Amino acid sequence: MNRVTIATLLTVAPFAFAQAAEHKVTQKDRKFDKQHIEIKVGDTVHFENQDDFFHNVYSLSDSNFFDLKSYPKGESRANTFNKPGVVNVECAIHPDMKMVVEVKE
Amino acid sequence: MLIDVMFSALLIAADIPDTTGDNTDIMATSGAPPKPKSIWLVDGPPPHPADNAPNEHRHALGEKLFFDPKLSGNGEVACASCHAPDQGWADSRAFSTGVPGTPLGRATPTVVNSGYSLIQMWDGRFASLEEQALGPLAAADEMNAVPAQVIAYLVDSDDYQNMFGKAYPGEGITLQTLAKALAAYQRTIIVIDTPFDRWQRGDENAVSTSAKRGFEVFKDPNRGNCAACHQAPHFTDHGFHNIGVPELRNTGRDAGRHKVIPIAVLKGAFKTPGLRNISSTAPYFHNSYAKTLEEVVEHYIGGGRNVPNLSPSMKPLQLSHQEKADLVAFMKSLDQIPAQEEPSNE
Repeated sequence: MNRVTIATLLTVAPFAFAQAAEHKVTQKDRKFDKQHIEIKVGDTVHFENQDDFFHNVYSLSDSNFFDLKSYPKGESRANTFNKPGVVNVECAIHPDMKMVVEVKE
Repeated sequence: MLIDVMFSALLIAADIPDTTGDNTDIMATSGAPPKPKSIWLVDGPPPHPADNAPNEHRHALGEKLFFDPKLSGNGEVACASCHAPDQGWADSRAFSTGVPGTPLGRATPTVVNSGYSLIQMWDGRFASLEEQALGPLAAADEMNAVPAQVIAYLVDSDDYQNMFGKAYPGEGITLQTLAKALAAYQRTIIVIDTPFDRWQRGDENAVSTSAKRGFEVFKDPNRGNCAACHQAPHFTDHGFHNIGVPELRNTGRDAGRHKVIPIAVLKGAFKTPGLRNISSTAPYFHNSYAKTLEEVVEHYIGGGRNVPNLSPSMKPLQLSHQEKADLVAFMKSLDQIPAQEEPSNE
């Protein structure tokens, strides 16, 4: 069984890894530059702060809870979305900054 | 009456010629070259929900409700008891006292320009004025009203029956229409024509030279850096920051916004207040820590107190005595009513 499992992982893992994509969302003028993005499970989204003040990115979603703390202009924080679902993403500091990350299988 | 003046101002504001409109230039008089519109000017009255457009009936009803102490549990506390028009639509106390007579947990925020706020209360727990209106009414330590008794009182009044009927035909006397009327009224309490605003529209004599210098300090990231949070046009980012205000009472640290949204950066964070009419609303900060605008400036000069979770935006400032005085002069230019005039409460 172990050999079968390892063989399966060796076959599938590189394929799955190759499928994971990187996405970029910028924060500028107290807005996310995208209101809605669709990604696949395992994809990573990079949130780049282009404003002169600190931003945060978080989600209280049950499927993809995360908190990227606060970070200044020119810096980026990333989150990998490992479960499918519709994820409401906001900046905790500026609650009018909202977007949706739709994570698909 | 001040409120009538405010409402008139709102109606006037709604009809302001497009000298402050989006993407337009102001054509200066006397042949001067066009001047780009200032991002700090406010265009017209606050937005409103589709089902609560302003009109005179809603204003009149909301005004009557706002000043009616009989809505409260003991019949003695009105909205205006803490949001007094002659005290900047707040109060001058460190902490208000509600029906039980015990001090509240936070200072009373002004309702001036609350219609422009994207989120309500120090901790943002209400998304709209309609939501907010019922909060203090029902809170045991504020107006301590029993909703069913409030509705019974309103239904029993011929005046209110008549006014609700005109303001919200077919909607009845409910908590929802009560909240809508209070919200509609609060959207008329606006300050958008201050000396600063007149200066931004081109009147160079509207503010002092000191105030003009103070505005530069306010905006400069290397001096005041105030505009990082007190952003255009309402002098707020509608955001939440822990600015290092120490606690004044032995009641433990106020979690602020973190109690609503449990994200670490929000521990001890409170909403950035707008600044129009600011000199009328002392004391300052969520717990009235600063009694004067000069004390507010000194707080920021020090970079805030060393409290847990202090915002990284808070850094000690290097400002001269002149720059500090200029900052205060600038903030005082944001009052619509000259400080020496006492608004009438008749």
